Amino acid sequence: MRNRPNIPGFIAITVLVFFYLPIFYLVMQSFNEARFGGPWRGFSLQWYALLFDRPEVWRAVRNTLIVALSSTAISTVLGTLAAWCLHHYRSRLQQSHYVLVYAPLVFPDLLMGISLLLLFINLGYPLGLGTVILAHITFCISYVAFVVLGRLQDFDYNLIEASQDLGAGWATIIYRVLLPVMGPGILAGALLALTLSIDDFIITFFVSGPTSATLPLYVFGMMKQGSPTIINALCTLFMLATFSIVIWGQRYLYRR
Amino acid sequence: MAALLEIQSVTKRYDNLAAVDNVSLELEAGEVFSLLGPSGCGKTTLLRMIAGFETPDSGRILLNGKDITALPPNKRTINTVFQNYALFPHMTVFENVAFGLRMQKKAKPEISIEVDAMLDLMELSDHASKKPNQLSGGQKQRVAIARALVNKPKLLLLDEPLAALDLKLRQRMLIELDAIHDEVGITFLYVTHDQSEAMSLSDRIAVMNHGKFEQMGSPVEIYEAPINSFVAAFIGDTNFLNGKVTAMPNDEFCTVRVPSLGDLLVWKDKDVRVGEELNLSIRPEKLRIARKKPEKPDLLNCIQAVVEDVVYLGSLTKYRLKSGEYTLIVEQQHGHYLLDEKPITWEEIVWVYWHSEDGYMLQSYQQDDESLMALSEDMPDE
Ligand SMILES: Nc1ncnc2c1ncn2[C@@H]1O[C@H](COP(=O)(O)OP(=O)(O)O)[C@@H](O)[C@H]1O
Ligand SMILES: [Mg+2]
Repeated sequence: MRNRPNIPGFIAITVLVFFYLPIFYLVMQSFNEARFGGPWRGFSLQWYALLFDRPEVWRAVRNTLIVALSSTAISTVLGTLAAWCLHHYRSRLQQSHYVLVYAPLVFPDLLMGISLLLLFINLGYPLGLGTVILAHITFCISYVAFVVLGRLQDFDYNLIEASQDLGAGWATIIYRVLLPVMGPGILAGALLALTLSIDDFIITFFVSGPTSATLPLYVFGMMKQGSPTIINALCTLFMLATFSIVIWGQRYLYRR
Repeated sequence: MAALLEIQSVTKRYDNLAAVDNVSLELEAGEVFSLLGPSGCGKTTLLRMIAGFETPDSGRILLNGKDITALPPNKRTINTVFQNYALFPHMTVFENVAFGLRMQKKAKPEISIEVDAMLDLMELSDHASKKPNQLSGGQKQRVAIARALVNKPKLLLLDEPLAALDLKLRQRMLIELDAIHDEVGITFLYVTHDQSEAMSLSDRIAVMNHGKFEQMGSPVEIYEAPINSFVAAFIGDTNFLNGKVTAMPNDEFCTVRVPSLGDLLVWKDKDVRVGEELNLSIRPEKLRIARKKPEKPDLLNCIQAVVEDVVYLGSLTKYRLKSGEYTLIVEQQHGHYLLDEKPITWEEIVWVYWHSEDGYMLQSYQQDDESLMALSEDMPDE
């Protein structure tokens, strides 16, 4: 018994190394003085300085923020409403609604990107920030709906009857009971939508126009031009931002 | 004086099933009224129509003479204590109790005074700033009651409020509920499937089955004078005897021949004629047993029986006896255990006797109802 190999511990460490070694390497390289990465030549912030001199970077950041925030806001509202309908009405229509909302979760992104592109072209809708936002809303709704639906399953409908019983009308019930109780669930859905939207490459690739490149598209472009060290710096900042959102979200969600 | 709540021929159907079937009821102000019946008999459905969560398919509901059948729940001066409490998880105890008063747009200081007084009454003052998930079951229950009562409703509806609590706590809350009712004087409509809760709390009880009222009356009436075998068996253990009237010795008694038991003298609870079929219910505590035949058997019925089972319960002993085709249940206190030569035990042949007035003539009898009694659990068949 004493010398039993610690297999679960070994697996955990392997998985962690597998996940975080590339990221660690990237972060390290972003501070490396060497021009093309490789061996360590000393600490330097020059790539960060270079990054801040490039206006296209800031345009991409701005585009990403506009797309992520607006698609998150809209898909959170629509996804929450969809979840409410799915939870409360069990008609034929809602059964097909369920399948249709579920489908985008398993659809290949490629298929979704191409079909959206075809739709926009056929409608004569000019590609740009507008089409990117629409596309992001489309896939975010499904994720929000499923996160919120999961939380709704635990929601005690008696709370609504109890509020009515105590004299509350619908506006008060939504504002004082439904949103506060469902808040963490809706927020979790919104955070998921936010990170998915910031992250998305394939669908955005198909539906974006010449001036509407988001960060992932911009990074991809820079790769082709071959400036890996700037990309390292950009990705490190990008990662920092994503982690902050997630950590803040977790804290907020588990505080209650 | 007009009734506080009037239910006039209310019916509610789900698909083909009449959950509540043409029920009428009048509640007086200040009384505790219980709806008692087995699970699925329609109690909750009736309560939900009174609260306003369901609309009747037909019939009317009046509160203080005003038709409220179509009024939404938030417009009724009626409050409900939900079975699973339904406390707001994101609010403190204080905020939960204050919710109704805030909806009435009362001033803050006034709300604070009334909530504090209510928390005091319910002995919750120490927990005012706790969230519901920090409370025990009994405390949650008291918050639920406080949250309803603080609005001073005309009528308080309670749907199996004690069902989720364990036995000890249930008995304590029952006493507390009684005390609260004495304190606030609000009319209680209490739903339960537990006959002992209904008996100990209520001024009146309606026994419900398949969406209909079987009988309505005081706990004593329901227990002592059940209208049929369902009520008799649901409200407690009893012995059913079935026979035919053979003679009328005088105005007050008749003779009933019960096959395999013999001729019994029975007090006439209703008009009967010679030749009529009759069903009797006799409560186990009305029967007595002894080794010797009683000395003055004038108005007593005495039959012989064999003891099949003895269950000593401390305050009393339950005996199962076999006499003819009947299995009789007797509950009797130990008279003088220490003086007795020997307590009655298995296989003994004993005399069972009861006063002719202690049986009750049922209006109707169905054999299925015998399975409602708890006795099958206490005394399993060999
Ligand atoms: N919303 C509903 N839809 C269909 N049937 C229902 C509904 N609510 C209650 N019922 C049926 O009505 C009957 C009475 O239910 P209920 O009033 O809850 O009984 P109780 O409270 O006495 O246990 C039951 O048979 C139940 O299945
Ligand atoms: Mg019920």
